[in-house]
Amino acid sequence: MKPVFMTYTKKDLINLAVCMVLSVLIIPTFISTEYWYTSILIPWLCLALATIGQQIVMGYTGQLALGAAGFMAAGAFAMFNLILRVPDLGFVGSLIVSGLIAAAFGILFGLPSLKVRGIYLMVATLASQFFIIWMIDKFGWFKNYDSSGIITAQDIVILGKPFTTPLAMYFVCLAVTTVLTLLAMNMARGSTGRNWMAVRDMDIAAESMGVSLLRTKVQAFAISAFYCGVAGALFAFCYLKSLEPVAFDIKLSFKILFMCILGGLGTINGAFIGAAFILLFPVLLNAVGNNVFHGAIDATIISSIEQVIFGGLMIIFMIYEPLGMAKLWETLKHNIKSKLTSLDITSLKSSKLKKPRK
Amino acid sequence: MAYERKFKIGKPILEVNNISLSFGGVKAITDTSFNVLEHEVRAIIGPNGAGKSSMLNCINGIYKPQQGTVSFRGQQIPNITPNIMAQMGLSRTFQNLALFKRMSVLDNILVGRKLHTKTNFLEVALQLPKVKKEEKLNRDRSEEIISFLEIEDIKDTPVGKLPYGLQKKVELGRALATDSTIILLDEPMAGMNVEEKRDMCRFILKVNDELGTTMVLIEHDMGVVMDISDRVVVLDYGKVIGDGTPDEVRSNQKVIDAYLGVEH
Repeated sequence: MKPVFMTYTKKDLINLAVCMVLSVLIIPTFISTEYWYTSILIPWLCLALATIGQQIVMGYTGQLALGAAGFMAAGAFAMFNLILRVPDLGFVGSLIVSGLIAAAFGILFGLPSLKVRGIYLMVATLASQFFIIWMIDKFGWFKNYDSSGIITAQDIVILGKPFTTPLAMYFVCLAVTTVLTLLAMNMARGSTGRNWMAVRDMDIAAESMGVSLLRTKVQAFAISAFYCGVAGALFAFCYLKSLEPVAFDIKLSFKILFMCILGGLGTINGAFIGAAFILLFPVLLNAVGNNVFHGAIDATIISSIEQVIFGGLMIIFMIYEPLGMAKLWETLKHNIKSKLTSLDITSLKSSKLKKPRK
Repeated sequence: MAYERKFKIGKPILEVNNISLSFGGVKAITDTSFNVLEHEVRAIIGPNGAGKSSMLNCINGIYKPQQGTVSFRGQQIPNITPNIMAQMGLSRTFQNLALFKRMSVLDNILVGRKLHTKTNFLEVALQLPKVKKEEKLNRDRSEEIISFLEIEDIKDTPVGKLPYGLQKKVELGRALATDSTIILLDEPMAGMNVEEKRDMCRFILKVNDELGTTMVLIEHDMGVVMDISDRVVVLDYGKVIGDGTPDEVRSNQKVIDAYLGVEH
């Protein structure tokens, strides 16, 4: 399909418009329960953003990295300290700078990717997870010497206006996520993304074409960490409303990894689908437990069942659909479309022909 | 040859001097020297295990020879890496297909335009006007190559789904997209049928003729080699046993022995 605007095809623009209308107009008018914003939509946007970061390094560049939550912690605590110590930066400025700080960590912990690959790289990148959390715990300065362990996040103020209601915070997350998603799509579809994928698919050939492995891999790690850092800052300030290193433990890293794989490696929309699935699935399971079985099943058992199903799904997806739910969605759409066209095309055309013209 | 070449064969562009390469105790190449002249089609032939692919890998910087040097345009290159050679204008294809399997044919060829892409990731993310201009230029050139290779109909297919012969074509396309002055082809016709081979020969000669690109190719099919190359170097057990025009090589006793076997 020919792009009509920048690198976007007509279909992309329609999809984008639908998403924007849905998220800006329809959701705020029809959903008024705070629960939906504070517990589902806001974390969904934040985690989808972090998953895009994971996608860039893992789905596009093919570097098995596991430490997204570490970069999120870096971003979150950078944000806290920037607002505290450099108030002149403002919210948006602090958000960008905390992303850049996370990116610096990304460069540092991405360097092993030049020497090791695969599962060994995964172990090497775990260092980021543990080092960043340890650093924040060890040096009181990062927490502003708060002894309670949990620090309340500052209120979000943009251009002098406070954004404290769930709806306002939702819009903050939505705006940041939309902008960063578009930038990620531009990169993924442009020459930058081609370099990433070339390194992923065949690094020797990529190098023979003049793609520098060092620059490409480090760049992917930096951009990935930037996305995770910004996502972490939003996660702490809009969702948790507090800062504690424990919130960014290895479990969160795994969660983001699952979102990435289930959503579909090497897709941007997969990040949103995967994040939605992993967030909503426990909610759904709880609802089933409460409404169908009327609480006969213990909550702990439900959470165990959740783990079992996630594990099973991961294996099934890895074997049967490595490209994840994004690919399933595409296939579904394609099948429906071909069904519809094969059914209707003759009847539609003939009915049009029969229409009398005045 | 009877016809007038647009690009006359000129001075040596690539010189391989006394290269020795061994893997542990196994000597792959021993003290090998030969050169490639500008605008010529140069073939490297030899029986299996003669060190042909290792030779290309040394020239391209994938292997580091223990001894010897590679000079490009009369200039000795100290630390050869695939990246440096690509920047100097040397591109290549691989014996066992090294395409980007999950990317489309067009995207594969566009990666070949990497060295003609000067915009950085921030500019790409923001889709600045100069990015769009550059992307358009690169896409136009890639489309040209695609129509030259007559693969328009598979442009958007992921390369991994294509049959072998077409993949070889795409790989040639990717090498062409770099606009390199010299292209190394590692068995470009392996596993092809006669028709596909004829096509490939046509493309190689056409590129050489129209763009003046120097071609270095490894090939097993002697008929093909003798037909299309200007000069042939024959390797056996990592040593040069013959070097010259196809006719000279054909009448070289050592070459005949290596190919037909000789009683000891």
